[in-house]
Amino acid sequence: MAATTDAGVRPARARRRPHIPAWVGVTPFLGYVAVFLLWPVGIVVWTALHNTSGSWQLSSLSFLGQSQVRTAFVNTFELSLGSAVFGAVLGAVLAYAVATGDPDGAVRRVYTAASGVLAQFGGVVLAFAFLVLIGPIGLLFHASWYLSFPWGIGLIYGYFQVPLMVLVFVPALDGLKVQWREASENLGGSAWQYWRHVAAPLLAPAFFGSLLLLFANALSAYATIQAWENQIPYVVPQLIGTAMTSEVGLSNANQAQVLAVGLIIMVAIVMTGYALLQRRTARWLR
Amino acid sequence: MASVDAGGAVAPAIPSELAGAGTAKTRRGLHGRRRRRLNVFRYIAFAVFGVFFVLPLLALLRMSLEPAAGAGGWSLAAWKQIVSYTVVGTPSLISRVIVTLELGVITAAAMLVLLVPTMIWIKLKVPWISRTVEFLCLLPLTIPAIVLVVGLVPVYNWIQQRNVSTFMLFWVYVVLVLPYAYRALAAGLNSVDVKTLSEAARGLGASWFTVMFRIIAPNMRQGILNASLLSFSLVLGEFPIAYLLLYVNLQVEMYSISRNTPNASVLFSTSFAVLVFTFLLLLILSYVGRPRRGRR
Repeated sequence: MAATTDAGVRPARARRRPHIPAWVGVTPFLGYVAVFLLWPVGIVVWTALHNTSGSWQLSSLSFLGQSQVRTAFVNTFELSLGSAVFGAVLGAVLAYAVATGDPDGAVRRVYTAASGVLAQFGGVVLAFAFLVLIGPIGLLFHASWYLSFPWGIGLIYGYFQVPLMVLVFVPALDGLKVQWREASENLGGSAWQYWRHVAAPLLAPAFFGSLLLLFANALSAYATIQAWENQIPYVVPQLIGTAMTSEVGLSNANQAQVLAVGLIIMVAIVMTGYALLQRRTARWLR
Repeated sequence: MASVDAGGAVAPAIPSELAGAGTAKTRRGLHGRRRRRLNVFRYIAFAVFGVFFVLPLLALLRMSLEPAAGAGGWSLAAWKQIVSYTVVGTPSLISRVIVTLELGVITAAAMLVLLVPTMIWIKLKVPWISRTVEFLCLLPLTIPAIVLVVGLVPVYNWIQQRNVSTFMLFWVYVVLVLPYAYRALAAGLNSVDVKTLSEAARGLGASWFTVMFRIIAPNMRQGILNASLLSFSLVLGEFPIAYLLLYVNLQVEMYSISRNTPNASVLFSTSFAVLVFTFLLLLILSYVGRPRRGRR
């Protein structure tokens, strides 16, 4: 009896199925991302370009030209680029040391786990750690430059950029096959020639990709510099924070949004540059 | 929206290491002399970087063991304060710690509910959409979190009118952890032969629901565990979103203590405890994660 019902139902189901396409199963995810990721970004851009009554108003963008704001953007760019280059170069060296070891060894596990902690979960805590190391109550020494921009904060940024580089660059180094080195040696290539003509071109896209990730990471970092004892707002995220928390009495109600659009533009410029670079390098990597 | 278009460019650089996908490799082919030179370089690198990384943490530990910051001497007072510290008129520090831990669990659970069925479904039925979904998942890496917060203010105004609980932060935290969770789950899913398993199960009369939750999901439990722990630890360290949306999690609480009472010893003990806790979590994860792969 059950078998017949089953058999009776099945064709009906099969007939109904085409009406519900399979991609419907993905809609909860798409809806979630739309509400909590795409829509907020859309709101930011829309609010920055419109006045309170909803008509276009590009004049608020002129806020980006004010000298204080311009300085903040230049500071942000300097700090992000400086700490990204610092982190990428030193991080690549450390990543090489990690990647050439035993892939299941304790050293690699410890460095990977520690990198994960320091790169992503530091935030406020890192500012405290450097405060007690080289700050005014420092145990190692009292660095006079601890509270100066960009050197003091740049060092702290380096402290989370290097581990992030280790995390993202080790997989790329793992991709270097030992056979390539052997092939290079069998053909009479020196270590320098191997690095110059084989390893470097292969690693370049991953390196610059990682550099870009580090740059974006520093650009949006807010916790560490906010918890840093120097309370002058130096970078754009801090200006955004101030604009958001003291919105009363501002002549320009959408300051936070305009600043955010400025940041988006900055990311976009850097990424476009990266995409162009990668298109060039992709040509001779094939 | 140019940043969105260009976002895909950064995808290759995302940490697959986090997903435990590092490829094993032996260096048997190296000559002994070069191996020794390499080892010297490695030990020097580990030592120099180790000092750079450990010194601030040691300073944190030492300072947490002083009766008052900078006073010298030894005392466990700051560690005892972790459970007793309270700013008058606000909930205690330890209650913030507990709320943050719970928030981490909720975020990890919500992430799994959202992502696991979706990813399996895509693999089974709609592979053509996988590029789009991957792109959306990795997008939060390229959009600065601070931009997201600005846009979330209206959304959270709406939420706060209905529910003022700190737990409501999980809605945005799920988005924040998407890139890491996606990489971990994708690595887990790729290690499963989805096609064969689902065909076998379907052939034996299993429903799609059974295929997803009783056949494929249990086979990718490694990826699920990785994704959950990563999400959990990310939530422990989150500051800007909570702070600017006026919620108080652990990091915000520590920040406001540091503003009210600069150099309060309890800051250093709590900071050290959080860092070590997260470190141990990730270390355990690496040990749970790898042996399976190595035995092959």
